Amino acid sequence: MQLKKIKVQMSLATCTLLQVASPGVQAAEVDWDVETSTLYYSESDGRVSAFEPAIYAGKDLEDGGRLDVRLVIDVLTGASPNGAHASTVAQTFTTPSGNNTYTVQPGDTPLDDTFLDTRVSFGADWTIELDRLSRLTLGTNVSKEYDYLALGLSAAYARDLNNRNTTLTASFGFNNDTIEPEGGIPTALTPMVTQGSVANRQGSSDDKTISDVLFGITQIVSRNTIVQLNYSFGQTDGYQNDAFKVLTVIDANGLPSTTGFFDTANTGNRAYVYENRPDSRQRNNLYFKTAHHLQEDVINFSYRYYWDNWDIKSHTFDLKYRYQMEESYLQPHIRYYKQDAAEFYTHNLSVGNDVDATTGAVSRQFASNDYRLAESETVTVGLKYGLPIGDTSEFSVRGEFIRQTVNDGSVLDNEQTPDLDAIVLQLSYSLIW
Amino acid sequence: MRLILICLMAVVLSSCASMGVEPWERDLLAKDSMQLVPNFLDNFYDEHIYFSKEASSGGQGVGGGGCGCN
Repeated sequence: MQLKKIKVQMSLATCTLLQVASPGVQAAEVDWDVETSTLYYSESDGRVSAFEPAIYAGKDLEDGGRLDVRLVIDVLTGASPNGAHASTVAQTFTTPSGNNTYTVQPGDTPLDDTFLDTRVSFGADWTIELDRLSRLTLGTNVSKEYDYLALGLSAAYARDLNNRNTTLTASFGFNNDTIEPEGGIPTALTPMVTQGSVANRQGSSDDKTISDVLFGITQIVSRNTIVQLNYSFGQTDGYQNDAFKVLTVIDANGLPSTTGFFDTANTGNRAYVYENRPDSRQRNNLYFKTAHHLQEDVINFSYRYYWDNWDIKSHTFDLKYRYQMEESYLQPHIRYYKQDAAEFYTHNLSVGNDVDATTGAVSRQFASNDYRLAESETVTVGLKYGLPIGDTSEFSVRGEFIRQTVNDGSVLDNEQTPDLDAIVLQLSYSLIW
Repeated sequence: MRLILICLMAVVLSSCASMGVEPWERDLLAKDSMQLVPNFLDNFYDEHIYFSKEASSGGQGVGGGGCGCN
């Protein structure tokens, strides 16, 4: 009995000394933990570039709770694939506003280069200590860009068990997103028209709701190993098309159709129709993560299996190895991702099969050639160098190389899939303030 | 199905009860590098980049910023 009492007292004393709260929770500090960072992201072939400064700050509150806030500014420029595929002939497109055109040379992947946007995102989480072993975190998020507004709320309940070696988590999130694209919302599966013609539009804006629930368990396995397992389910309802994406309508020769309904000179209709996706999506994630401490180094590994009712399944493996040097550390990183195609993903639509030559009516209910819905693989390799400065701050620099390969069995001869190479450069400075 | 899930949950929780450490053995676990998300902004950036380029997202948590990029 006496031994047990001493053990409990030692537990409390050690907990206080180490300021350890529970698995998955940062060591407590009475000051602000601040992270500042700037990220530069650049894709090959003149596609998207992004400059993204961000700041995060968190503070333990006197009542046992915690406050976390973050602010991100995202400046984007460049070009994005518009969904039409490369052809052996030059292709002319009307810009989303309907006021201009751009022409793509034979063999080139059509890119819309009118892409320019600035996004500001702010989020805050307030953690309330309900009792010695349970916490409630309430969160909010606002993100605004030129044509898009996202508003979100979240709540997460965490409960410690087994002498704080186990934490159970239940989380709920709700988002409402509104898009108001330049030129309005395109009417799905209708053609892009020539500059100055009456565009096929169904209003100026549309929205969607995103509801997520997550159940998780975090477990301390040993003095040097912690694991986490999450299952999450998400329901998205509403407008989920990409308002700027089209599909090419090809003729029997594999070229953009130029006759009948798509005789552009006479009808004003170009051989490209706006995509259409289901307005309901159910997403599932099974996510496993572990951190393991070696003699000095740390391995951080995660695996995610994703599946949804659009028939997309994916596997994501992520491995970081933190190599501890005398003062600083190096952290190589490798990530591998592979996904299947959405059931309605298609390389093109063809006259006679999918599209009526006279009326332009599309027989498919849903169709998209967005490369992000295609079968694809992404490989990322990176390296981070971190240098602590004194006891309270750290400088780090991170570089990553990303290669995304799209596997589309329907590409035409001499056509390139919209594969992607990108680099990431990030500079960070964190401090306790 | 529900019964299987309940049984599975019971097995997981009872297994968890036999794992773990004493409070004075948490020295390594308390290090920043041993947190499941050791760098908030690194993770935030990565989530955002892959959200905009891939069809899958989520798994680590709920909420967060929506974006017109996908």
